[in-house]
Amino acid sequence: MVNKQGQTRLSKYYEHVDINKRTLLETEVIKRCLSRSNEQCSFTEYKDFRLIYRQYAALFIVVGVDDTETEMAIYEFIHNFVEVLDEYFSRVSELDKMFNLDKVHIILDEMVLNGCIVETNRERILAPLLILYSECVDSDL
Amino acid sequence: MPAVSKGDGMRGLAVFISDIRNCKSKEAEIKRINKELANIRSKFKGDKALDGYSKKKYVCKLLFIFLLGHDIDFGHMEAVNLLSSNKYTEKQIDSMDSVKQSAALCLLRLYKASPDLVPMGEWTARVVHLLNDQHMGVVTAAVSLITCLCKKNPDDFKTCISLAVSRLSRIVSSASTDLQDYTYYFVPAPWLSVKLLRLLQCYPPPEDAAVKGRLVECLETVLNKAQEPPKSKKVQHSNAKNAILFETISLIIHYDSEPNLLVRACNQLGQFLQHRETNLRYLALESMCTLASSEFSHEAVKTHIDTVINALKTERDVSVRQRAADLLYAMCDRSNAKQIVSEMLRYLETADYAIREEIVLKVAILAEKYAVDYSWYVDTILNLIRIAGDYVSEEVWYRVLQIVTNRDDVQGYAAKTVFEALQAPACHENMVKVGGYILGEFGNLIAGDPRSSPPVQFSLLHSKFHLCSVATRALLLSTYIKFINLFPETKATIQAVLRAGSQLRNADVELQQRAVEYLTLSSVASTDVLATVLEEMPPFPERESSILAKLKRKKGPGAGSALDDGRRDPSSNDINGGVEPTPSTVSTPSPSADLLGLRAAPPPAAPPASAGAGNLLVDVFDGPAAQPSLGPTPEEAFLSPGPEDIGPPIPEADELLNKFVCKNNGVLFENQLLQIGVKSEFRQNLGRMYLFYGNKTSVQFQNFSPTVVHPGDLQTQLAVQTKRVAAQVDGGAQVQQVLNIECLRDFLTPPLLSVRFRYGGAPQALTLKLPVTINKFFQPTEMAAQDFFQRWKQLSLPQQEAQKIFKANHPMDAEVTKAKLLGFGSALLDNVDPNPENFVGAGIIQTKALQVGCLLRLEPNAQAQMYRLTLRTSKEPVSRHLCELLAQQF
Repeated sequence: MVNKQGQTRLSKYYEHVDINKRTLLETEVIKRCLSRSNEQCSFTEYKDFRLIYRQYAALFIVVGVDDTETEMAIYEFIHNFVEVLDEYFSRVSELDKMFNLDKVHIILDEMVLNGCIVETNRERILAPLLILYSECVDSDL
Repeated sequence: MPAVSKGDGMRGLAVFISDIRNCKSKEAEIKRINKELANIRSKFKGDKALDGYSKKKYVCKLLFIFLLGHDIDFGHMEAVNLLSSNKYTEKQIDSMDSVKQSAALCLLRLYKASPDLVPMGEWTARVVHLLNDQHMGVVTAAVSLITCLCKKNPDDFKTCISLAVSRLSRIVSSASTDLQDYTYYFVPAPWLSVKLLRLLQCYPPPEDAAVKGRLVECLETVLNKAQEPPKSKKVQHSNAKNAILFETISLIIHYDSEPNLLVRACNQLGQFLQHRETNLRYLALESMCTLASSEFSHEAVKTHIDTVINALKTERDVSVRQRAADLLYAMCDRSNAKQIVSEMLRYLETADYAIREEIVLKVAILAEKYAVDYSWYVDTILNLIRIAGDYVSEEVWYRVLQIVTNRDDVQGYAAKTVFEALQAPACHENMVKVGGYILGEFGNLIAGDPRSSPPVQFSLLHSKFHLCSVATRALLLSTYIKFINLFPETKATIQAVLRAGSQLRNADVELQQRAVEYLTLSSVASTDVLATVLEEMPPFPERESSILAKLKRKKGPGAGSALDDGRRDPSSNDINGGVEPTPSTVSTPSPSADLLGLRAAPPPAAPPASAGAGNLLVDVFDGPAAQPSLGPTPEEAFLSPGPEDIGPPIPEADELLNKFVCKNNGVLFENQLLQIGVKSEFRQNLGRMYLFYGNKTSVQFQNFSPTVVHPGDLQTQLAVQTKRVAAQVDGGAQVQQVLNIECLRDFLTPPLLSVRFRYGGAPQALTLKLPVTINKFFQPTEMAAQDFFQRWKQLSLPQQEAQKIFKANHPMDAEVTKAKLLGFGSALLDNVDPNPENFVGAGIIQTKALQVGCLLRLEPNAQAQMYRLTLRTSKEPVSRHLCELLAQQF
């Protein structure tokens, strides 16, 4: 998840990449996506990966996959993810993500496990988070 | 069980567990369990409604009993009730599902990290059965796991096909009610469907007719739905639908067996080609590319040629244009090659810099592959240089020279065309190189025309000379010395050029050396010597196009990045296309040296006086960085290791060898003195050969010694044991020699047979190629059409295929062809190819180290008197080699 200025807001790896190589990788990936216009298609190749990206206001969500995935399915999965965030944060913004990074991670973990899509149903994705959150509130009281 | 470990009460459970642990005997344990079961049963059946806490506690107890290995036949409803509870801690009890899901994906992770660690067998059935799980998350995870596992053990997981099909069918037909939660904008479980379709692509079409019928029905439903009006105007709806559609089409293409579905898929993609969404156009072009290679849909794809050409011209996204170019390349065949090549050339003028080189390679390949008349080919390549000279790599212009050199019907035309092209006030340096080379070889063919008389040719070339790089100037100097030979009238002019201080004392050593040597050669050598040294280049050995090799390399994984530095492009050894990677090829400093066939050709037998100059000429392409070419280089020394200096094979050796490719017995060689007969038989990777040496004279041969020599590293590929024969062969007598042969691994060159003896005091020596070619170790394999196509498709990497189109050298008789193919060693398969004129064969090459499966297809074209031969094997050099061997038989 990257903003228009090229700052990474959230990144998650399902294959091992050296920590010090990640920054370089992310920079290159972001550059690749930012340099593309709206008229261009949302798929591009980067080294051995295919990048699939979508833009929401000033935020880009980029997914790198190997050739075992279907572009269109991932493309729509990004939207599903954004809808889940939207529902949870009620109209999600970049700030929401910055200050609730833990929750975004939990949501993503519910949806993607070990690099595989596992859950796509909105209520089920949010259920654990809602319960966790309500218990937190309870214990705070 | 996280809820248990948490200290949130459930004391009863803790007590129960400690009771069990304290049991002294098995009987005591069973007694305690039965007591507890009775208790729980009464609680569940009791009138009093249980609260969430108690329910959770009892279900936990039941779970614990279950884990101890006892059967539980009640309590499921209570467990399900917990799932629907809105309290997370209660819900979690039922989260066995999420444990399964995590376990499946964890196993996948382990398997990827170390495949051997994961034992197959006992639990494969359990994994496959997860496809039946009620929980969609579990199914999704299981599909990912199976997709990965079944690649290595397809047979173990075969049962997943029918389960996947029925699951898919239930989703697609919206028959199951458990999908409510997983319907995304009116599309039932899109991501799971995509994954199931992907899983099915690991297998050939289902064998069971019922399963297959059900699957075909699914695929048809998906295609039908695409035509129905959308259930929602939302883009999410169509995106999800299209995701399934694209994966369905992939599966149809993968099966490649349902012509009806393939054509429908093609039409669907054709619609997408004109869709306003760029993403869809991109994916449709990409999908269609694979569709073009299926023989059922190739024609259907071709109908969209205008749309695709239009896309190439109008698309605003370079990656879409690139896909369009890929598709044009894929749909190209003899019928539309001219149109496609001319469109690609036109596109090249405005193409993005990033993809120019690739387009140039593609045009060059198509032009060569589908050239009916070679003048069109020459025109195309020269156009390439004119339009995009900077992107025409060495491979491309080397290739045009190879082809012109090898085909004498096009040489005159080529000379005329380059001459005209060079008239342009500004022409690309590559054009000067091609022009220089061709005029140097074939300039005489157009010298009759006063407009291109020798002096005109020379001054035209020389007008470009000063603007060119050192490498080009070096090449031009060679052209000049060739001119002196071709056109004696230019000698004085050229000598003056060579003598000029700017050449003779050039700062560049290579140019200086050439100028000095050529000048001396032209002044001291007699016309005869000059004519011998500067003779026309011999034909290049036929081999895979180096351009094709280059395109493959370009398509390979991106090299040189920081992230994948451990990775190597597997084809990178193949720079020169067609030479086995011996130490010498790896260390070759310049690919051009190989292009000229230095290694394949026997050492030049030029007179010693001119050997240096001869080498220099052969070296014409070598830039200044090349090593000095006087005397044999270390590589050459390495490559002719001949023990006790055996001579090169006699000139007819290849022809004689070819006679034995499809037969095992016959006369291998005969002259006035000696006749050599061969009888041989081969089984699996072993063979026995009897050689009969007949003395045709009435005088005894003395010191008669036939030996078998393994050139290069053939030693490691083929073991040949020979028995010594008597050193004397009486006049009129025949001696027999037995050879035991074992094929260790695949090999490309046959061993040599060197025969030496003294006849009437004079030493005689003779080197032949022993008729042992890789196809001798063929085992024919019979298979059904379906299996054939499946295997054919499995070998679909470009480097696994070798293809040759060639003119018939013998009358085209189907029976003779059949006999030859059988003699070649493969099985002939009937009713496989839709066209009964074609021949299809299959076999396995048996070597000690490995087996190489081979599929072949021969398509005769009686009208054109041509054949097209296609070989697919799992090993690239083998495909090419077999293709070359077999092509010479017809």
